[in-house]
Amino acid sequence: MTWVNAIIQGILLGGLYALFACGLSLMFGVMKVINLAHGDLAILAGYLAVGVIAVTHIPTVWSFLIVVPLFAALGYLAQRTLIQASLNRGVLTTLLVTFGLSVVIENALQQFTSANSRTLGIGSLISKSLHLGSQITIAYLDLVIFGVAVVVLLGLQYFLSSSRQGRLIRAVADDREAAQLAGADYRHVFGIAAAIAFATVALAGIAYGMYTSFTPTSGTTALLLLFAFEAVVIGGLGSLWGTLVGGILLGVVQQLGAQIGSNDQILAGQLLFLLILLIRPQGITTSRRTA
Amino acid sequence: MTASPPLLEVRELTVHHGQLRALDQVSLTVGAGEVYAMIGANGAGKTTLLRAISGLKAPTSGSILLDGADLRALRAEKRATAGIVMVPEGRRLFPSLTVEENLQVGAAYARPGPWNIDRVYELFGWMPQRRKQLAAQLSGGEQQSVAIGRALVANPRLLLLDELSLGLAPVIVTRIYDTLPGLLASGVTVLLVEQDVSQARRVASRVHCLLEGRTTLQGEPGQLTAAGIESAYFGLDAAPGAPA
Repeated sequence: MTWVNAIIQGILLGGLYALFACGLSLMFGVMKVINLAHGDLAILAGYLAVGVIAVTHIPTVWSFLIVVPLFAALGYLAQRTLIQASLNRGVLTTLLVTFGLSVVIENALQQFTSANSRTLGIGSLISKSLHLGSQITIAYLDLVIFGVAVVVLLGLQYFLSSSRQGRLIRAVADDREAAQLAGADYRHVFGIAAAIAFATVALAGIAYGMYTSFTPTSGTTALLLLFAFEAVVIGGLGSLWGTLVGGILLGVVQQLGAQIGSNDQILAGQLLFLLILLIRPQGITTSRRTA
Repeated sequence: MTASPPLLEVRELTVHHGQLRALDQVSLTVGAGEVYAMIGANGAGKTTLLRAISGLKAPTSGSILLDGADLRALRAEKRATAGIVMVPEGRRLFPSLTVEENLQVGAAYARPGPWNIDRVYELFGWMPQRRKQLAAQLSGGEQQSVAIGRALVANPRLLLLDELSLGLAPVIVTRIYDTLPGLLASGVTVLLVEQDVSQARRVASRVHCLLEGRTTLQGEPGQLTAAGIESAYFGLDAAPGAPA
């Protein structure tokens, strides 16, 4: 029964990983930017939520209504200025710039918020849970976060495949020059893709803050960036559906590893990641080529 | 002729690829309703000319005017919405998009005009049945047709066609060129680049030959002799500036 429980908990945790990962996947898929500041941006969103709640006294759960749009705007601005400027100078430059951004975010947070850990307390919801039999307990919070992750990823997949703007994003990802010849300003399209990516990472950061406590350096020390990368690679680059599957697989294997020994949780995830790279480097879901 | 400026005017255009001078002081004028053909061997600068006109390649000097207005400040996407639409060399469809999605992207910033996706489907009868297929799965000739359709739905005033015949069987090329009269009737002006001189002479109202970035010959196809074109194309003798 404990193994069944581990699998269920792993699936739920995987939803959070997928939510973290979809923005990373989108930015790589569309503009070939590997955003090394992705984990730190999630934590930044968590702190922003703490600030928003302190100032406006809105319930914690609703803080995303302010933080997510702010992050979307921040994403558009960052793409049109810093990231576009680094893209114009080559792929390696974007790595260096986003790594620099990661360092800046962590140090700025330590400077202005102290290194103390924070949580986004949500009162009663955090303690309530669903009991299945005597051994399986599912926290409502985990269930809600998983639901949000599924809705966001499937919604994003639908947006990309069916809307006019989504079509333009895919066209620019395929061939930005040909998209220009059709009248599309690829810089603007990149900005929109970054806005979506930042919005999802803000959502992930807030969910993470409700899930557990965080510090200014959690983006790197809690291995958020690594898990996001692993979810993307396991699922298959450029496929959001794959990212969801990858996140869930990673979560399940980690929880099963934790059953073997508490030190084996992260190791199990790494081994799965390496195994996938070895036997199926294109990822679990062989998606059509989007890059 | 009236005093109104020509649709497209290129004045003493010079373009460099690094150290290489790909185009050297090339001038040409394309009037509305023309089919203007650029011919020349590989590396003559034909594609570079089209890329400069469409805004993908910045010239070193010279100017490009649409209706007498200088395009220098306009980026490629703005030139497209101004009516200069290019079918690039190698088709350049969006491979992960379907045929219909490719056309929809072409129509996303379309000017008002006679062309739309349904009319492209009429022009290429096979297309409606295969509109849900990924562009990457089409044959070369089919891809070329979709690329032309994607440009047409933007309702261009000036259509730039780069090497339509590249990699296609001659019968397919002839079939694609046979759609040109229909385009002209809808008010589209065509500037095309072609290595296949006989195709170019067949369809063009004016032929312009480049050799190593310089103009070696221009004129109406009926006035040009095969020998004259041959020498201009290959640079067999140093006799530039044949009668216009």
